[in-house]
Amino acid sequence: MSSETDTGRVLAADGTPLKRSLARALRRQKLRALMLVAPLLIFVLLTFVFPIGSMLLRSIENNLVGDTVPETVVAIASWDASLGELPGEEVYAAFTRDLLKAVEAKQHTRLGSRLNYELTGMSSMFRQTGRRIGKWDPVADAPFKEKLIEAHKGWGEISTWATLQTYSGPYTAGYFLNAVDLQLTPDGIQLQPEEKRILLKLFWRTLVMSLVITGSCILLGYPVAWLLANLPTRKANLLMILVLLPFWTSLLVRTSAWKVMLQQQGVINDVLVWIGLVSDDARLVMINNQFGTIVAMTHILLPFMILPMYSVMQTIQPTYLRAAKSLGATNWTAFWRVYFPQSVPGIGAGSILVFILSIGYYITPEIVGGTKGVFISNRIAYHISSSLNWGLAAALGTILLAVVLMLYWAYDRIVGIDNVKLGG
Amino acid sequence: MKLKTLIATAATSMLMAGMTFAGSHMANDMTIVSWGGAYSNSQIKAYHEPYSAKTGVSIINDESSAEAVAKLRAMNEAGSVTWDVVDVVAADAMRLCDEGLAMEIDPDTMLAAAPDGTPASEDFGDLLVSECFIPQIVYSTTFGYRTDLVGDTPPVSVCDVFDLEAYPGKRSLEKRPINNMEWALLCDGVAKGDVYDVLGTSEGQQQALDKLATIKDSVVWWSAGADTPQLLADGEVVMGSTYNGRLFSVIEEQNQPVAMLWDAQVFDLDGWIIPTGLSPERQARALDYIMFATDTQRLADQAKYISYGPARMSSAPLVGQHAELGIDMAPHMPTDPNNAKNTFLYNYEFWADYRDDIDAKFQAWLAN
Repeated sequence: MSSETDTGRVLAADGTPLKRSLARALRRQKLRALMLVAPLLIFVLLTFVFPIGSMLLRSIENNLVGDTVPETVVAIASWDASLGELPGEEVYAAFTRDLLKAVEAKQHTRLGSRLNYELTGMSSMFRQTGRRIGKWDPVADAPFKEKLIEAHKGWGEISTWATLQTYSGPYTAGYFLNAVDLQLTPDGIQLQPEEKRILLKLFWRTLVMSLVITGSCILLGYPVAWLLANLPTRKANLLMILVLLPFWTSLLVRTSAWKVMLQQQGVINDVLVWIGLVSDDARLVMINNQFGTIVAMTHILLPFMILPMYSVMQTIQPTYLRAAKSLGATNWTAFWRVYFPQSVPGIGAGSILVFILSIGYYITPEIVGGTKGVFISNRIAYHISSSLNWGLAAALGTILLAVVLMLYWAYDRIVGIDNVKLGG
Repeated sequence: MKLKTLIATAATSMLMAGMTFAGSHMANDMTIVSWGGAYSNSQIKAYHEPYSAKTGVSIINDESSAEAVAKLRAMNEAGSVTWDVVDVVAADAMRLCDEGLAMEIDPDTMLAAAPDGTPASEDFGDLLVSECFIPQIVYSTTFGYRTDLVGDTPPVSVCDVFDLEAYPGKRSLEKRPINNMEWALLCDGVAKGDVYDVLGTSEGQQQALDKLATIKDSVVWWSAGADTPQLLADGEVVMGSTYNGRLFSVIEEQNQPVAMLWDAQVFDLDGWIIPTGLSPERQARALDYIMFATDTQRLADQAKYISYGPARMSSAPLVGQHAELGIDMAPHMPTDPNNAKNTFLYNYEFWADYRDDIDAKFQAWLAN
């Protein structure tokens, strides 16, 4: 293929230097490889990286205020709320000009809803004022201070203008602060009033309950996975179908089935009353609380635990156990010292799957969780679809994502991510 | 004679040309969004089928009203609105209007007048609560109770919900502050006219939560309208709040031992909005549909299939019998004088302002 020439350089068959020819071939190979992964890469970029990026951005974005009332934002910058006086006429005039334009573009009520998240009552202030100032002239009708206050008395409150000033920048930390039960007020960062603190508690509850669900999945799943790996093939296949069958059933059907089972007039209570373990007027409360959520979610997520465990256990040679026993180990010692350590990668993989799935679970806690068994994701859903406070929802989602990444990192440090196997 | 025929022919052909011209300016299919279930069914029977028969337009029925506001906002941001007409409750219509996501409607030019010539703005009257909203029905959130579980003295007042001694057992309430806070204050001695003034203060909100706390341990909180009917049918709860149409179907269609407690029912409105950002053809089609579907006869027709009151005054006398059960629908309407002795109208302005604040307090209270 190559030959030595006068200059001592190695040449390929077509006469180009071998080094260059090799580099070209490698580049072509890399390009081909890139083209092969391109569909997936573009898919991931478009459907994962880009949406998550825009979600992160939404949690700090605050353009609406500056875009809707640009002159006011400039005029109010020099005003000092702590002096206890209302801003001067120039702020009111700038605000009237801004508001007239905003009313024409039908943007003022959007700003009202945005600021209503920070100060209750702003929504109707903007809506009602917008209705009344339609015919005002920005020059001839000046001054505006008294007119605005007459249109809605809220414009005569210092807190209104202080809130507007606090949230006038293009970016805000307000959503993230709200997400951890703090608030950004004109006087700086403060704790939310006690009767409104709920989100940190929900974060904590989500973590604890997800851990409990993961733990109960390990306890229930381990023996099943062991049976699957060690029974004769025909029995193991039957068992496998039993594991997979619920997996193929609709999530809502399974959750509703638990409702029928667990409610006070449900199957379990009826049976307990019938055999006399429980009296009719003291039926057990097993649903619409944490217990209901844990039971239903453990059942729903169990296959995600069993399958990785099973595929790891399948690779453990039965001869190891026999060898251990022939060397004098009891059944327990052989299991604990020989079998169990080899099955840990399966437990690790299953636990990560189950934990991460359950931390973001929404529909099951919503249906069977009542008031004490709901997760932070239920709150995120509320802010996305009901209150429309997408900034806060994005901040909550971002924090949840950060928590998952941190736990993943901790897991890597403690157990080691190399120690996770999804299969042989 | 000949001339006359000629003119008539010319006029007719011009008219025909005009009609086809107008026709080509309207889209030939449309997506209508509603709530699904029996409610969508009543709309299909009363509105969609006659409209399709009249115009040949094919209608796709989407059941996404529960997330309509969030989805419309997302569609608008993405610049592609795929819905033509959307069924929402009045509070959502107000928010869509506030956000510029729904177009403004002029009732007198865009909606049909009543048969006697009363303009639409007067026929709908006070129910036109937002510039973008075309009311369709009046529904109410009220209580139903199990007749076999309440003893010999069935509940007559909404305050019986708070009376655990007379009516032991669980009750179901919606997992949100709206309506519950009002009922709590009413039963804590606040006069009906003062409820929203009291609820506007922190002390008043605390008062309402304290009243609810007296029954908190006996409450099953629901989030879907179908929950309470199911809980009542299973005997899980003794009484519970839900939409009156759901209770009608439990009582009359499924023959469960349930009765209505109309006291202090809260009226709310449901109706149409047309999203902004539609192409002219689709918007013209949507307006044409709305003009048809909200006329006096059509609104009365819907009441044949579901027990919600038509939003036009002129429709009320036309309400007849249930299409399948053959029972008179008028006594099952929330607006019937016998049922409407003590009612409440959902206060839209108040909840638009206080919803975020009170909901945060309510959810924190629930979680504790």
